[in-house]
Amino acid sequence: MPSLKALRTRINSVKSTQKITSAMKMVAASKLRRAQQQAEAARPYAERMDRMMRTLAASVADSPTAPVLLAGTGKDQVHLLIAVTADRGLAGAFNASIGRATRALARRLEAQGKTVKILAVGRKGRDFLRRELSSRIIGDITYAGKRRIDFGDANDISQRTINMLAAGDFDVATIVYNRFQSVISQVVTEQQLIPAPPPPEGESSDQGGAMFDFEPDEETILARLLPQALAIQVYRALLESSAGEHGARMTAMDSASRNAGDMIKRLTLNYNRARQANITRELIEIISGAEAV
Amino acid sequence: MPIALEIVSPEKLLLSRAVEMVVIPAAEGDMGVLEGHTPMIVMLRGGTISLYEGDRVIEQHFVAGGFAEVTAERCTVLANEALPVAELSKDESERRLSEAEAEFAQMHGADIEEQFMALDRVHAARAMVEAAEGLLTGSR
Repeated sequence: MPSLKALRTRINSVKSTQKITSAMKMVAASKLRRAQQQAEAARPYAERMDRMMRTLAASVADSPTAPVLLAGTGKDQVHLLIAVTADRGLAGAFNASIGRATRALARRLEAQGKTVKILAVGRKGRDFLRRELSSRIIGDITYAGKRRIDFGDANDISQRTINMLAAGDFDVATIVYNRFQSVISQVVTEQQLIPAPPPPEGESSDQGGAMFDFEPDEETILARLLPQALAIQVYRALLESSAGEHGARMTAMDSASRNAGDMIKRLTLNYNRARQANITRELIEIISGAEAV
Repeated sequence: MPIALEIVSPEKLLLSRAVEMVVIPAAEGDMGVLEGHTPMIVMLRGGTISLYEGDRVIEQHFVAGGFAEVTAERCTVLANEALPVAELSKDESERRLSEAEAEFAQMHGADIEEQFMALDRVHAARAMVEAAEGLLTGSR
């Protein structure tokens, strides 16, 4: 049985832990709201970009000189994996699940004889992957200390990817990130970026195949539009991941606060028991002393 | 006979309203869009978008390049970056211009496509300075 003093310090330390976790939960909740708003604000652009892409892609579909971003290099030997994680921990399995998914994907590709290169976005993912796959990591990007992710960050990543593609460093690029489904669930998503997956069929847009004029010609526009579209996809992934991170942290901190509460209850019970046992023992000592006289 | 104009940047939907006419800075010259315009997809250079009601300019927005989709009843501008002309700062835009010029000056011998992109950025920055100074139209 630990002493009363030890129990008291124990209870106090759990109490301050609980204070920290519940404050973190509160902070995560407000950050989550902001991240969600940001993700929603980015949606109109992505939707309209998508519509424009479809029109353009349809009109250059038969061209033999399709840009490399759209058609790929024609090989799939070297794979680039972009793993998006958070810079901070204490968010449950949020970072570990990305790390695990990336590792599994890398192993699977290597088993097929492909070469894997990894671009780690976020400090936690970098640390995780460095342990086992450090030879495949070709770069990392962190946003530690940055308050919000803006489009420029996504643009940097996509620009870097495009430069690598132009240098022939990889053939297929896939981004692995946590898609925000709800506050308590984030879904690990693997999305192929290059070559661009074909747009879903059968969704004719509202102009019903109206003939568009292009100024300048389709291919020039497409050459400019594709990097932008790539950046948008990366931006979307970053925003989803950031919303997911705060959601995951909120859930993790919520259950941590609850566990701390349970622990405090149990320790307090022990403490009271020990205190009463002490009182009883002292009484017995007094009484038996009095009887002996 | 209004046309539905939308200006969206990657970060948010900036503007969505009906106007009588809008003039957009297309890559090959300014383009006025009225209702019933032939469907077009155009690339934009850096410049200002002017919204007209009657023959008065009621609002101006600066865009640093992007794309626009024009149909008979709407005009959607996908801007790389957009903000109201009134919020432009002269110092900021001049700083951008000198940065873009410095970048372009270093590019001799680089890929021709990249040189074009850098040149576009210089033009966009210059348009930004002009817009900030209110030189583009006498209406401000």
